[in-house]
Amino acid sequence: MTPTQNKPSATLEKVVIRFAGDSGDGMQFTGSQFAFTSALVGNDLATFPDFPAEIRAPKGTTGGVSGFQIQIGTVEIYTPGDAADVLVAMNPAALKSNLKFVKPGANLIIDIDAFDKRGAKKAGYEGDPLENPKMEAYHIIQAPITSLTKKAVADSGLDTKSQMQCRNMFALGLVYWLFERSVDQTIKELNQKFGKKAPAVAQANTDALMAGYNFGLTVEALPSTYKVPPAKKASGTYRHISGNVATAWGLMAAREKIGNILFYGSYPITPASDILHELSKHKHLDVITLQAEDEIAAVCSAIGASYAGQIGVTASSGPGIALKGEAIGLAMMAELPLVILNVQRGGPSTGLPTKTEQSDLNLAIKGRNGESPIIVLSASTPSQCFEMAYRAVKLAVEHMTPVMLLTDGYLANGSEPWKIPDLGALPPIQQPLAVAKEGETFLPYLRDPEKLSRFMAVPGTPGLEHRIGGLEKQDQTGNVSYDPANHEFMVKIRAEKIARVANYVPEQAIFGPKEGELLVVGWGGTFGALRTAVKELRDEGHNVSLAQFNYLSPLPKNTAEVLGNFKHRLVCELNLGQFANYLREQFPQYTYEQYNKVQGLPFTIQEIKEEILKHV
Amino acid sequence: MSSNSNPPLTRKDFTSDQTVRWCPGCGDYAILAAIQGAMPQLGLKKEDIVFISGIGCSSRFPYYMDTYGFHTIHGRAPALATGTKLSNPELDVWVVTGDGDALAIGGNHFIHLLRRNVDLNVLLFNNEIYGLTKGQSSPTSQPGLVTKSTPLGVIDRPFSPGQLAMGAGGTFFARTIDTNPKLMTQIFVESSRHRGTSLIEILQNCVIFNDKVFEDVTQKETQDDHQIHLEHGKPMLFGKDKEKGLILKGFKLEVVTLGENGVEEKDILVHDAHEQDPSLHTLLINMTLPTHPVALGIIRDVEAPTYGDLVKAQKADSQRKAKVKSMQELIESGHTWIV
Repeated sequence: MTPTQNKPSATLEKVVIRFAGDSGDGMQFTGSQFAFTSALVGNDLATFPDFPAEIRAPKGTTGGVSGFQIQIGTVEIYTPGDAADVLVAMNPAALKSNLKFVKPGANLIIDIDAFDKRGAKKAGYEGDPLENPKMEAYHIIQAPITSLTKKAVADSGLDTKSQMQCRNMFALGLVYWLFERSVDQTIKELNQKFGKKAPAVAQANTDALMAGYNFGLTVEALPSTYKVPPAKKASGTYRHISGNVATAWGLMAAREKIGNILFYGSYPITPASDILHELSKHKHLDVITLQAEDEIAAVCSAIGASYAGQIGVTASSGPGIALKGEAIGLAMMAELPLVILNVQRGGPSTGLPTKTEQSDLNLAIKGRNGESPIIVLSASTPSQCFEMAYRAVKLAVEHMTPVMLLTDGYLANGSEPWKIPDLGALPPIQQPLAVAKEGETFLPYLRDPEKLSRFMAVPGTPGLEHRIGGLEKQDQTGNVSYDPANHEFMVKIRAEKIARVANYVPEQAIFGPKEGELLVVGWGGTFGALRTAVKELRDEGHNVSLAQFNYLSPLPKNTAEVLGNFKHRLVCELNLGQFANYLREQFPQYTYEQYNKVQGLPFTIQEIKEEILKHV
Repeated sequence: MSSNSNPPLTRKDFTSDQTVRWCPGCGDYAILAAIQGAMPQLGLKKEDIVFISGIGCSSRFPYYMDTYGFHTIHGRAPALATGTKLSNPELDVWVVTGDGDALAIGGNHFIHLLRRNVDLNVLLFNNEIYGLTKGQSSPTSQPGLVTKSTPLGVIDRPFSPGQLAMGAGGTFFARTIDTNPKLMTQIFVESSRHRGTSLIEILQNCVIFNDKVFEDVTQKETQDDHQIHLEHGKPMLFGKDKEKGLILKGFKLEVVTLGENGVEEKDILVHDAHEQDPSLHTLLINMTLPTHPVALGIIRDVEAPTYGDLVKAQKADSQRKAKVKSMQELIESGHTWIV
């Protein structure tokens, strides 16, 4: 199906492409098609959608621009890329709001038909945006996308609006040509999507796609194509996965391992809602989802499910997590398993709902009344959310404690290829079930001597009737106790219980040599940028390693050693230094330098490299 | 250990080893005794019974029951119990709450529980005061009441739990009083049989901070005239010799006396607790002294799908339609490629 090439070709190690258009232009579908086709070719890649904050902004305005960024590579790819090498702009608004994400010298593919006076004015340009001298920094490919699409689908029998909805396929066809990609997969997809219900739509989109491809072949504006050869990836079956879907699936995999019910109590909030959407599709796999009346009901219903012996999970983002604080304290005090997902966004207060940040670390570790330690984990990449959600359930169930998993908006919406695991090989999860003994009074706060966790007495079990609650309890019996010495004892044992979790989590890994000049320290979703920056600098001969933490509280047992094996430590995070201060508190024997950014944006590789170079 | 083959359970089987710590003379003692008396009549295994409470004097309740129990946080028992019941529908779950717990801090969960019709029994101890925090006004305190937090008198208009229940689509509402153990027991047993959220308002006397708040209703000399005990299918009669009754005049309930102005028993309204339309139930709930008697008994008991029924139905439906049957199948479904 794919016509042969007739122009010279250049080979690239990696390339960043950004699709931008009106929210109705189908940019997310276009981007994900390009992603899947590239994955089939064997590229490594990472993607990130950039949704407009407004739900339906007026057409053609910058407020309504929807973007999709993808980096593909023949090398390992850890981020969607700092800035684009190719921008597809479907209208002037898309150009205006996306030019800041584009490298100087990049190829700009623009729909010249949309760049009329009216379009420019709507986007807020004075005069012709393409006449601006600043545009000389770019290689502009003026493609008459609208008019050629119209021509290509003229005989489709579709109305004008439906015809115009094929423009994105023209653009995709052109980009496929530019990167020597086959159109076959997308045609297959179009037929699957529309073939049965609306064959004319499938055909029109296919025609537009081919028209775009052929335009590339024939016009002189595009002197050469680019090759991005396959990456060396471990063999196996792969799929794309976003952070929020991976989180949902990790929870579900843990449920299946235990064989009980996953109860998800949640209240809609950006950027966590997609986890609710995903889980609510899978009721047949023993998932119950409750869209609760508020954040507090969401966490409380999850605690109620945990109390019933199931897996209680709740999720939110910063403001919602703040509301859940008292209830998390109850689960901590009652020593019940509970998983809290915090998909972090820009704070404080309502903050920047659609932007990413790492500023809830203090809230996660310390944000409850009283001495109330819980386990805090974080995930580093979209696909790793699967593993960390699974781990969160495992630790919560086996140690009888709340576990908070920190992801963020960047991980939640970002996606990457994921090697599909064999779920049979995942570690087992053992519920520490209490057993009734004839003639013995059941002691609900008797503890496992190693873990110090109590045992789960599931309502419905004869002989284990007991009462728990948020009041301080007597050791072992669990009866209400105001005894001063007992209180201190219980506070200490609950703290020790969490501290001992360090015996059950993996040791901290280091990328690069285990000792040296500079250790870059990060946690959670900054992994992609930090890993890439450190790798590139190492390749350039610099003495720098990276420790990216997933287990935040308690920290892995070897943390002091990891930190101590370097002359300098540079803690990079998207806040004002919460992890750095936490490390200062835990390991005051070391000094820590910081690199912080609080702009609602992820780190760029470039800025990290520049920062590291100041320290080596 | 209890099981079906064991001798029938008695009140003692439901009494925990914990010392009851309410104030001497508190109405809660009578409620506890009535519940412990009603439990053996439910025909349930005691390991299947769960009491979940919030915060307040009433919320100490679970400690005194030898069943499963969870003393949670202020106002949140309905939310917590919802999770427990939905994830294990076999359990018989009771929520114990008070007027502050349910109607102030937990007001949101309270109305949403009723609208969802989760199959729970809610015991709402209404003493029109905050007891545990030592005497502040509550959402059911009467206007003008002088309390520690309202030295010049309450100016907030009070909530009526029954009205809230009707407004939220409640399927079961009963009202009883701590001085009537027989009525309490009977209502507790009936409420357990109702499928859906059973709300029981218990008028309960706080001897310390709001003593005799329901004296008008409970006084021996006048109680026959000041209470009406509603029973499904029976005429709405009250008074010492059942000589008074209720009729509907326009949109209002009116008290009449049999034999006066030609009123006969056939003119008296017959209580229909199963009527889906809540209009008359609402009028009965709203009756107050001195113009009307206070309605006690099961005022509303109607059938509607429970939330649990609907959860179960959706699960069955999605199981029928599901193409993937396991997580391994799910993660391998859709777009995949081989490297």
